[in-house]
Amino acid sequence: MPRLAFDPEKTPPILISGKSMSENKTGIWRSIRPKIDMDKCTHCMVCWKFCPEACVDLSSGDPQIDMGYCKGCAICADVCPVDCVEMVEEESR
Amino acid sequence: MKKVLMGNHAAAIGVKLARTDVVSAYPITPQTQIIEMLNDLDESGEFGGRFIKVESEHSAMAACLGSATAGARSFTATSSQGLAYMHEMLHWVAGARLPIVMCDVNRAMGAPWILWTDQTDSLSQRDTGWMQFYCSSNQEILDSVLMAYRVAEEVLLPAMVVYDGFTLSHTYEPVDVPDQKLVDKFLPKLKNEYALRADKAEAFSALPSPKEYYRLRARMDHDMGRALKVFEEAGKTFEELFGRRYELIEPYRCEDADTILVVSGAPASTARVAVDQLRKEGCRAGLLKMRAFRPFPAQALRDFVRPGMRLAVVDRNYSQGHHGIFCEEMKSALYSLEKPPEVYGFIAGLGGGDITPELLSEIWRDTDEGRADAAAPNWMEDAR
Repeated sequence: MPRLAFDPEKTPPILISGKSMSENKTGIWRSIRPKIDMDKCTHCMVCWKFCPEACVDLSSGDPQIDMGYCKGCAICADVCPVDCVEMVEEESR
Repeated sequence: MKKVLMGNHAAAIGVKLARTDVVSAYPITPQTQIIEMLNDLDESGEFGGRFIKVESEHSAMAACLGSATAGARSFTATSSQGLAYMHEMLHWVAGARLPIVMCDVNRAMGAPWILWTDQTDSLSQRDTGWMQFYCSSNQEILDSVLMAYRVAEEVLLPAMVVYDGFTLSHTYEPVDVPDQKLVDKFLPKLKNEYALRADKAEAFSALPSPKEYYRLRARMDHDMGRALKVFEEAGKTFEELFGRRYELIEPYRCEDADTILVVSGAPASTARVAVDQLRKEGCRAGLLKMRAFRPFPAQALRDFVRPGMRLAVVDRNYSQGHHGIFCEEMKSALYSLEKPPEVYGFIAGLGGGDITPELLSEIWRDTDEGRADAAAPNWMEDAR
């Protein structure tokens, strides 16, 4: 396996997020995020049922994922019967 | 100015001279007099900082975590079960890279209830990311508080100043109390660029990805390694200002010595007497005093030893199921040498039993004359 290649002096010693905790919500978990193809979505509510964070919001009629709490676990993508949820790379912070 | 001070008061005076901003602590024998004195100084208005009273050691370190995050020079002190109770916060403070200084006055761990000294309390905090410096005299306690702040604030890691309960903490010795102006020169006001700012919304140490965590830990190790050099350089500056020199390891009469006692803490002072006595009897005895335990001065040790040397490591501490802890560390540091010296581990004075010059001479002779077991710890009979 390759050795860790990094310049320690260029790595900050601590992790400081440029946001307050009221914006950070439950932290910086995701490495991938769900993207829903609304043209394919059948509004079956299976993602809403299975989301372990209960962060699928149906109040607008369409499933909207609350990114303040989504951990990027991809369960919604896994359970979607029509495969309309795609997991994409998380944008940089 | 020379004063006659007990170890605990030497520590408290060091904390005051360092112009520490915040002290938060909880009493426990044999440490209590440090915070009693600081509390008295606070009451009389001589201590310029804030004293925060708390209900436990865990809370004491939590209060220091808060004050140090806000950029305040922070201090606490504890012993034994109190240190163990702080354990979770020790990891947090080190990971958050806060240069807090703490005195741990060594006291053996219960059960059974025990008050007297041994090093198993501090050494069982080995992997928390705290630096650990062991003292052999009351002068060294005061000076080590200043040295510890200097190094901690340079590398952004917390530091423990460790010394023997009762043997040093309650024993009076002459101590040269340095001039405040010189201390201010050695230890300017703490400027931590990572400190919390009131005008900026920021979140500290929020959940990272494994990749980020891994690199933070590698960076921490890099800074631990850097601390070795920073300590040596701080030692030189300290000598220029105060006339006393502190190094990571300290050889005494080792030039022509084949068999060397390796000792830390107060027994390292006693070992000087033992070595002088053995020398009078014509034995080529030497002493290596260990000051730094974390970071471990492995390279300094490898540079110091010669093939054919015999090291008698005296441990007033024990890792059950294996060995004395300094002995383990010593062996692992020397293993990479092509011709490593022989290393023998001796266990003595657990729970505060006296480690006398006679006992140390016996250990030296056992090693020199081939009566020590190299594969297992050698448990010595009580000295008295």
